[in-house]
Amino acid sequence: MSDENNVGEDNETVTGIEAPIYLKYNFTAGAAASRFLTRIKEGVLTGQRCPRCSQVYIPPRGSCAACGVPTEEEVELADKATVESFTIVSIPIPGNPIEPPFVVANLVPDGANISVIHLLSECDNAEVHIGQRVQAVWKPQEEWGYALDNIRYFKPLDEPDVPVERIGKLPVTGLEG
Amino acid sequence: MSTLAAVVGIGQTKYTTKREDVSIAGLVREAAARALQDADLGWDDIDAVIVGKAPDMFEGVVMPEIYLTDALGCNGKPMLRVHTAGSVGGSTALVAASHVQSGAFKRVLTVAFEKQSESNAMWALSNPQPFSTHLNAGAGGYFAPIIREYIRRSGAPYDTGIKVAVKDRLHGARNPLAHLQLPNINMQEVEESFMLWDPIRYLESCPSSDGACAMVIASEELADKAARPPAWIRGVAMRSEPTMYAGREEVNPQAGRDCAADVYKQAGITDPRKDLDVAEVYVPFSWYEPMWLENLGFAPEGEGWKLTMEGATSLIDGGDIPWNPSGGVLSSNPIGASGMIRFAEAARQVRGECGEHQVEGAKLALGHAYGGGAQFFAMWVVGAEKG
Ligand SMILES: [Zn+2]
Repeated sequence: MSDENNVGEDNETVTGIEAPIYLKYNFTAGAAASRFLTRIKEGVLTGQRCPRCSQVYIPPRGSCAACGVPTEEEVELADKATVESFTIVSIPIPGNPIEPPFVVANLVPDGANISVIHLLSECDNAEVHIGQRVQAVWKPQEEWGYALDNIRYFKPLDEPDVPVERIGKLPVTGLEG
Repeated sequence: MSTLAAVVGIGQTKYTTKREDVSIAGLVREAAARALQDADLGWDDIDAVIVGKAPDMFEGVVMPEIYLTDALGCNGKPMLRVHTAGSVGGSTALVAASHVQSGAFKRVLTVAFEKQSESNAMWALSNPQPFSTHLNAGAGGYFAPIIREYIRRSGAPYDTGIKVAVKDRLHGARNPLAHLQLPNINMQEVEESFMLWDPIRYLESCPSSDGACAMVIASEELADKAARPPAWIRGVAMRSEPTMYAGREEVNPQAGRDCAADVYKQAGITDPRKDLDVAEVYVPFSWYEPMWLENLGFAPEGEGWKLTMEGATSLIDGGDIPWNPSGGVLSSNPIGASGMIRFAEAARQVRGECGEHQVEGAKLALGHAYGGGAQFFAMWVVGAEKG
């Protein structure tokens, strides 16, 4: 039986209870990503070349999504790269202590034909531009793990800009190669 | 063999930041009940139910469709959930349509929803990936560099995005269901709003909304006897492509162009700007209007911004091809439902029931949705006539 005096309280709408979810999972990298992660632990960026279209993928996924064929040939890449595009982020990333504003760039390492995202630093944010040349700044070797985070960030290089039509097409030897 | 089908009932909730008065089940039920009421039908008249929503982490409820079966009257009926990221509201409607067009069912209820207030989509889209850096800054962080590349290529004036942001909010102010009601918004206010992901400003981004949208789709025979004017489904198309491959065209994705060509062909459209009366297109960040104007063939490549700047897409300026008269995703964004709202608003236009945001005499309309890394596309063309 309900107490008449408490009807109001009993009928209060519960508009939310906090119910956090935690998730840890094991990532089985597979053959291609295993190679990539093993080599990046040694401080080397690698990709895989498609046997059909010759495009080089980083990180390699073991296949070319454009051609639908397996990729096996491993290719060593430079730690120099070109800015394909970028954004200046002015809000924090949940779970990442990085302080805004920061520049997240789509970078194509020399020798690769697809971009990866990474941080640009040691730069004037207002000066960052498409075609800009940059180079990796690595963490101290003792901190290297199986992660692209072994590279702390990229910083601008004193090299001429890459013309737009050549972005994503540079050989591993860079602009002059 | 495919037969004719039509939308005979539409129901939407009022889009808002937080619907604290209802659970997810209550929210979807509200939209579904309104769609049934609009169709002058009851729960027993429905043969199957097709549900869609965006990734489960957006609300923290895993496989919500399972617990929604009772709220949606699925007991004893086929029920199916569709998932194609942000385009899901559109592809859900298309799966529902195909269930009728195939002749498998006579009347299908389709519902899409998101209750963004229950979790945090920005967080859900910012999780670290094992082989990448932890720099995924939500959907805006992903699309901002693509927008920057569009601006570089097209040479569009810097205020094109600002103009879209104002235009869609002025449209939204004419739609009582729209989440944002900003009848006095102006270019200066948008320009001075906080730069979140350069070049995307706060007011050039969609809001986070709670809401659901539902439709009843019926066979030709039943639609002919419908309580209100049916919106005849004249073309349906979906396309997808991988998120990443070398040389991928991210500004003007091939899957979007192919999807548009397919749906236009079915509907007999050769010049979309001329042949269509109105379009409801998924524009979550303002710059996607000029980009999709090109991707969908309303303008030649590199010239979409000209239509925007001329006012061609503005209902209020009397443009020849209004885009998003409902206010679009920039005015309401319950993510999983956003695509279905585009499809439903296209249907409402050709039914002539949009009131203040009606495009006068609209006979043929496009509904569009995209999702993932601009890799899933869903479109339909609906008409006042069978064709
Ligand atoms: Zn290939």
